[in-house]
Amino acid sequence: MKFWIGVAVTVALATGLALSRTNEYFFYAGFVVLQFVVLATAWNILGGYAGYVNFGTAAFFGIGAYTAVVLFKAAGAPLALQILAAAAISGLLGFGTGLLTLRLRGIFFSIATVAVIFIMETAMVNWRYVGGATGMQLLRPPVMEPFESYTRMLFVAMAILALVAVSIARYIEVSWIGRGLRAIRDSEEAAECFGVPTLRLKLFACTVSGALMGAAGAAMPMYMSFIEPPSSFSLTYSVSALAMPMIGGTSHWLGPVIGAILLGSVQQIVTVTISSEINVLVVGVLLVVFVVAAPDGILGLLKKLGWLLRSSR
Amino acid sequence: MSKRFGGFAALSEVSLEVAAGERFGLIGPNGSGKTTLINCVSGALRNEAGSIAFRGEEISRLAAYQRTRRGIARSFQIPRPFHSMSVLENLVVPLGYVVRLNDADARAEALRILQTIGLADKAQTPSNRLSQVELRKLELARAMAARPRLLISDEAMAGLAGNEVEEVLKILFALNATGITIIMIEHIMQAVMRFSQRVICLDAGRIICEGTPADIVKNADVQRAYLGA
Repeated sequence: MKFWIGVAVTVALATGLALSRTNEYFFYAGFVVLQFVVLATAWNILGGYAGYVNFGTAAFFGIGAYTAVVLFKAAGAPLALQILAAAAISGLLGFGTGLLTLRLRGIFFSIATVAVIFIMETAMVNWRYVGGATGMQLLRPPVMEPFESYTRMLFVAMAILALVAVSIARYIEVSWIGRGLRAIRDSEEAAECFGVPTLRLKLFACTVSGALMGAAGAAMPMYMSFIEPPSSFSLTYSVSALAMPMIGGTSHWLGPVIGAILLGSVQQIVTVTISSEINVLVVGVLLVVFVVAAPDGILGLLKKLGWLLRSSR
Repeated sequence: MSKRFGGFAALSEVSLEVAAGERFGLIGPNGSGKTTLINCVSGALRNEAGSIAFRGEEISRLAAYQRTRRGIARSFQIPRPFHSMSVLENLVVPLGYVVRLNDADARAEALRILQTIGLADKAQTPSNRLSQVELRKLELARAMAARPRLLISDEAMAGLAGNEVEEVLKILFALNATGITIIMIEHIMQAVMRFSQRVICLDAGRIICEGTPADIVKNADVQRAYLGA
């Protein structure tokens, strides 16, 4: 119950902010932070709950972005439709990737997922319709009422998407699916021997995770008014989507949210005050510090301090 | 059935039958194929040649989880608890996935099983804080939670002290008394001999002897290969 009140309050807050006279930059930066909330939450479904470290976030994100562009160019589809279609296509990509790679374990799975990025990027570089290697300029459609600017509308859309992602992750976590995924992470062999259909559950997690990553990517072309392969399939997405749950804590849905808001905000501040090159360094340094000093993330630290978060479920 | 790892024949045309309700012992030196044999039966490995039938059904192409749902449960030689979960939750996994109880029923049933096995006071303990004997008991409790018709106990007593061996034996006898067939792999001879009605000795992937415990101990091949006489 508490959770759903939180969801309602967050939606109201995001919409209220978007309609207020708040500085435009806030939405410009806030969009990116929320996008990372979606990516980190999506990553955590497979990477955190099931323990399968996916380095392919950028592939799903990029395919989501390109799906949106194709729909926009071909049919002038509205944003909501772009996002839904991107989720469907990336979900399919997740399912296919899962079928091919989920029999691999540990580092071999991770390496295979990196390959997916390069395959997808190469495909887009060679596709003239979406601009090929040079990319493509996009003209934003007129903004919908009651929003003052397109960026504000995108901000609200991303806020809703973040809440959808978190709700799905939370549902998976507390349901029997989550228990099965945790059993897989702890000992896949034992899980299989105690009735958990491991391959099926992993495929499910990979599909849902991919779909959410794609949905996050779908809003990117309109946000940038531009699309090109290198930035759409940037490894930075993969690294951030992995680092944020690690820093926040992977065992609870709140972990990736905390990690994404914290790291995403720091990155934005560093980009503005120092340089955009440094923000990648920030991710790297924080990741190393957490892996060494607090392997269970911020939530793990809080738990050690005795602040149990169980009641907020 | 047969099982190869590359050029190495771990099991060569091993053929055996276990009756419903039987207490069956499997012995043999290290590397003789005991664990490979039960990995093939439980589904952790696939046998290349031959077939495995359980209650009249061919199961050698089924995934491990499907075999568990048909009534085959096992414990692991090296305990593999779900270490991020409490002792109780470890049992809720099979109770949910195999027996398909809802969460509340599964927790009640898990607690009941823990009581019979003597782990009830550890129900909420994280399973990575258990002692060796507690881990062995958890392995058995988790196998019981899957409500098996056949329980395969893979060295459930390795490394335990004398009175702890007795405790585990008592549990296994009690399970067998409820009608569960038990295959026991064990190096502690006095335990296998006391427990089993029938014993098979494996050596280098072949059955070298089959019979009652008394026959086995007297058999010259077994003495040479395993007992070190």
